[in-house]
Amino acid sequence: MARSRHISGRAIWRGMLSIVIFLVLWEIGSRSKIWLAWDVFSPLREVLGAAGFKKTYLPWIGSVPPPSSVAKAWMGVIGQAGYWQSWYMSFQRVLGGFVAAMLIGIPYGLMLAVSRTAHGINFPVFEALRPIPPLAWVPASIIFWPTQELAIMFITFLGAFYTIVINVVGGAKSIDGRFFQAAQSMGASKWDIFKRIVLPGTLPSIMVGSAVGMGITWEVVVAAEMISGGGSQMGGSGGGLGFFIWNSYVGGSYEQIVVGMISIGIAGYLSSELLRSLGTYVTPWLRVR
Amino acid sequence: MTKSSGAEVKTRGHILIDDVVKVYDPEGAAVMAVDHCSLEIEAGEICMIVGPSGCGKTTLLNAIAGFHEITSGRILLDGEVLCSAQKPKAEPGPDRIVVFQNGALFPWKTNLENVVFGPVMQGRMTKAEALDRGRAMMADAGLAGVEHNYPGEVSSGMRRRVEIVRALMNDPAVLLLDEPYRALDSLTKSVMHEALLEIYYKNKVTIFFITHDLEEAIFLGHRVAIMTTRPCKPKKLLTVDIPHPRDYSVLTSKRFRELMQETSEAVHEEARKAFQAGEKEG
Repeated sequence: MARSRHISGRAIWRGMLSIVIFLVLWEIGSRSKIWLAWDVFSPLREVLGAAGFKKTYLPWIGSVPPPSSVAKAWMGVIGQAGYWQSWYMSFQRVLGGFVAAMLIGIPYGLMLAVSRTAHGINFPVFEALRPIPPLAWVPASIIFWPTQELAIMFITFLGAFYTIVINVVGGAKSIDGRFFQAAQSMGASKWDIFKRIVLPGTLPSIMVGSAVGMGITWEVVVAAEMISGGGSQMGGSGGGLGFFIWNSYVGGSYEQIVVGMISIGIAGYLSSELLRSLGTYVTPWLRVR
Repeated sequence: MTKSSGAEVKTRGHILIDDVVKVYDPEGAAVMAVDHCSLEIEAGEICMIVGPSGCGKTTLLNAIAGFHEITSGRILLDGEVLCSAQKPKAEPGPDRIVVFQNGALFPWKTNLENVVFGPVMQGRMTKAEALDRGRAMMADAGLAGVEHNYPGEVSSGMRRRVEIVRALMNDPAVLLLDEPYRALDSLTKSVMHEALLEIYYKNKVTIFFITHDLEEAIFLGHRVAIMTTRPCKPKKLLTVDIPHPRDYSVLTSKRFRELMQETSEAVHEEARKAFQAGEKEG
């Protein structure tokens, strides 16, 4: 996480080339049906047909809108308030759930790591609930919480919470025992040891857990928005990026589906990048070498 | 707090290990790690403890430091009982500081922050006083310029020196070194030996130094205690009559070679025993 992030000119050039080639291939693939009455899977499809299978068993890349149409659709929505409202809604839910997961998960994890009693009492229940996928909570959560907004936030909270707690517990427990012995010899009190050894010693794991948790949060929020119909109040394009995609699908605007997908990709990337810089900032000693 | 000039007699740091026994009892199979071990270390002495890996010498160090319990016997520091059969575990304290085998500098603190940790924790100095003293001590140990680096940014030899300075900042009666140079290459090691002696000549603290390297032991120590392997107790006590201050020319001197000859037989014998015991266990 704290590797030196020096990128050479050649690496940038390669990265851009890779993206351009990807877009070109995508464009050709999508348009092949129109241009050539043939798409990349056509030969395979013929082989399958000859072997007695249905020709429709293979995906049809000609159905995917080409990047040029996606770009055009994107230009269309980029000026609309509804599109940005979707961003705002999703970010709000992700952030709400994620911050709650950090605020509750970090102290909770530290408590489990420090106190054997707390661990004994809490961990069995924690471990029993952990395997339940956050999305399985959607119906119960909608019943349980007064507003659908809170319900969705709760689901995103769950997505990040378990990962953060597990990482905090693991991180705190893997702190070298000699650090405690050294601090104790030098006259540190229990509180000092917690503040000056346990906390900074766990910080790298907290940041790793948060980065992973943030990724899960985005996965979860999109699905939760699709299932719950994008929250109660707004509906339509005001229901977050997940609902934006679903709505585009229902409305038959395939270009917009892809716009939504890419938007979520960007949103997720921005969140991770933000966390990464935060992580590098709070753990300066890992920046070295 | 004041550095002794070297001439005055040290009154702190006398260790008496009196008939100490340590029995580990995992799953009922009692293993004797230390067997009726007695050893007296003078204040201001460098006492080297030599024995094969796993012979139980670290157990002894942990008992003095207060990290582990003893089964019977007692250990005294300057006449005060650290631990005994009644009080099997000593209280860890700044008068006995351990320099660990692979180092235990806090990686999230800069070298200087590490160095001032002890006195600030004990409330013996204000932060500003500790920083001043820490800077001076670091400069003394050839560490000027790396104060604000993290331990991960400097060489392993420097890290070890920072750790020794951090230990000395606590004004300990005894430094407990547990094979501190084990992971260093032999060239760095030779530099570190001279650096340790230099620091010692300035601070004259009692040094309890565990090693399995006989050459290191004779070069540094006033006395060398060769330990038997599991259970651990002194097999042979050697007084190194080469005068301090010493430097690296000692290594090629006739007396050094004689002392090596005199003791290597005993060390080798224990190493062979440890090896065979290890084979049996494995």
